[in-house]
Amino acid sequence: MAVLVTTTINGDRVEFACEPNEPLLDVLRNRLGLSGAKEGCGTGDCGACSVQVDGRVVCSCLVLGVEAEGREIETVEGLAQGTELHPLQSKFLEHAALQCGVCTPGFLMAAKALLEKNPNPTEEEIRFGLAGNLCRCTGYDKIVRAVQDAAKVMRG
Amino acid sequence: MQYEAPETTKAAVGLLAKAKGSAYVLAGGSDLLVRMKGGFVEPDLVVDIKRIKPMREVKKTASGFTIGAAVSCAELNENKALIKAWPGVVEAAGLIGSKQVQSRCTVVGNLCNASPAADSVPALVAAGAKAVIQGPKGKRKVAVEDVPVGPGRNSLKKGELIEAIELPARKGKSGDAYLRFIPRTEMDIAVVSAGVSLTLGEKGVIKDARVALGAVAPTVRLVKEAAKAIIGTKLDEAALEKLGKAASAACSPIDDKRGTIEFRTKVAAVLAKRAAQIAYKRAGGK
Repeated sequence: MAVLVTTTINGDRVEFACEPNEPLLDVLRNRLGLSGAKEGCGTGDCGACSVQVDGRVVCSCLVLGVEAEGREIETVEGLAQGTELHPLQSKFLEHAALQCGVCTPGFLMAAKALLEKNPNPTEEEIRFGLAGNLCRCTGYDKIVRAVQDAAKVMRG
Repeated sequence: MQYEAPETTKAAVGLLAKAKGSAYVLAGGSDLLVRMKGGFVEPDLVVDIKRIKPMREVKKTASGFTIGAAVSCAELNENKALIKAWPGVVEAAGLIGSKQVQSRCTVVGNLCNASPAADSVPALVAAGAKAVIQGPKGKRKVAVEDVPVGPGRNSLKKGELIEAIELPARKGKSGDAYLRFIPRTEMDIAVVSAGVSLTLGEKGVIKDARVALGAVAPTVRLVKEAAKAIIGTKLDEAALEKLGKAASAACSPIDDKRGTIEFRTKVAAVLAKRAAQIAYKRAGGK
C-alpha cells in the first residue's frame, strides 16, 4: 500500500505517495520528474544517484522514499541558481570533466558535499572524497582538476 | 512490505516481536537495501530506527561512551571526544564504503550483518565494547564478539535489536588501532584485518591488551594468546614476534578470490604487529 510522504526537495515542500520498498531514486525520477540522479548500479557502488539528505551525501538508490519524510533533500537540479550555473557545474564544463554525463550529477553532488566540509582539499582528499563515484569514460583527472578549480572560485 | 518508523525503542521491539513474517531493522540500509534489491530478502516488515532519538546520539558517560545504533559512521568521525579516546574504533568505522555509504552506515549494522570482514568489528572487539540489546524480555548486554555467530548470522533472538554500543572509559595511557589489507586504496572489503587496544603501566610496560582479527575465520576473532604475547612487555622485537605467531596460529581462513589461506595467515601477523605498534605509540609508549 502506498505511503504518503511530505518532504523538502531543493527548498520546496513536496508531497508524494510511494510504495514502502521504493528507493528514493525511483521516487525522484519516476514520480517527481527529477531525472538528474541516475541509476548506475542500484546497489550503492557507483554514486551516480548521489543526492544530499539533511546535508549529507547519500546514494538515493540506498534510501527508501518513505525515509524522506520531514527531511531536507538536495538534488543536482537545485545546484544552479536560475540560469546561473554552480561553480562546480561551470568548471566541469570548462575542464571537459564529462563525456557521456551519466556519472556527472553524482560527481557534482559528491563534490559539493566534499567542498562544504573541506573548502580547500588536496588532490588526495578529492580522490578519496569522490571514491564512491565511478566514471567509465572521462577518467578522473579532469574531474579532479575541475573540482580543484571550482574550490578556488568558491573560496573567493 | 510494511514500513514503520517508531519513536521509541519499546515500540520498535514491540513491532519486531509481534511481526508475523520476516522482519528487519533498518538503520543505514547499506546492507539491507542491497539485499532487498538483489532479491535475497523480501521483508514483510522493516523497522526504521532512525526516528528513535537516543539511538541517534553518542553520549559520553562516566563509564565511557554510548553509541546509539542509528549513529552514522560519518557522525562518529566528527565526534572529537570519541576520536581522542578511541581513534582505532573511529578509523575502522570510517573505512566502510564511500562517503555516500558513510553518511548512512552504522557500526551496529556492521556488527549485526555479521560479515567476518566487517571493518568496525575487530576494532570494537579489541576495545572490549558491549552491545546493549533490547528485546521482549528486557535488556541484556553482551560482548560484541558474541553477536556474530557465523557469516551473515547473529545471536539476536526474535524481537531483539541492539540499541547501542558501549565503549569503556579510557584510563591512563591507552591506545588502539585498526589496520586492514585491501588491494586498492579505498572502497574495498578487508582481505585481512587486525584491531589492537592496549594500556600501559609503569615505564611503558603493557599491562592490558586485546587483539582481534577479521576476515581470517567465520567470525571476527578475539585472540587472547596474541594479547598474552605482549602483556608485560614494552613491545620489543621478541614480543612482536610472539604476537605475530599467535595471530597466525589463530587464523582459519578460506581461500577465495580476494586472498589465499597462506596469504591471510601471513598478513594477519603483519597487521597485528603493526596495529600493536600504532596502539603502543598512541598510548604514549616509545
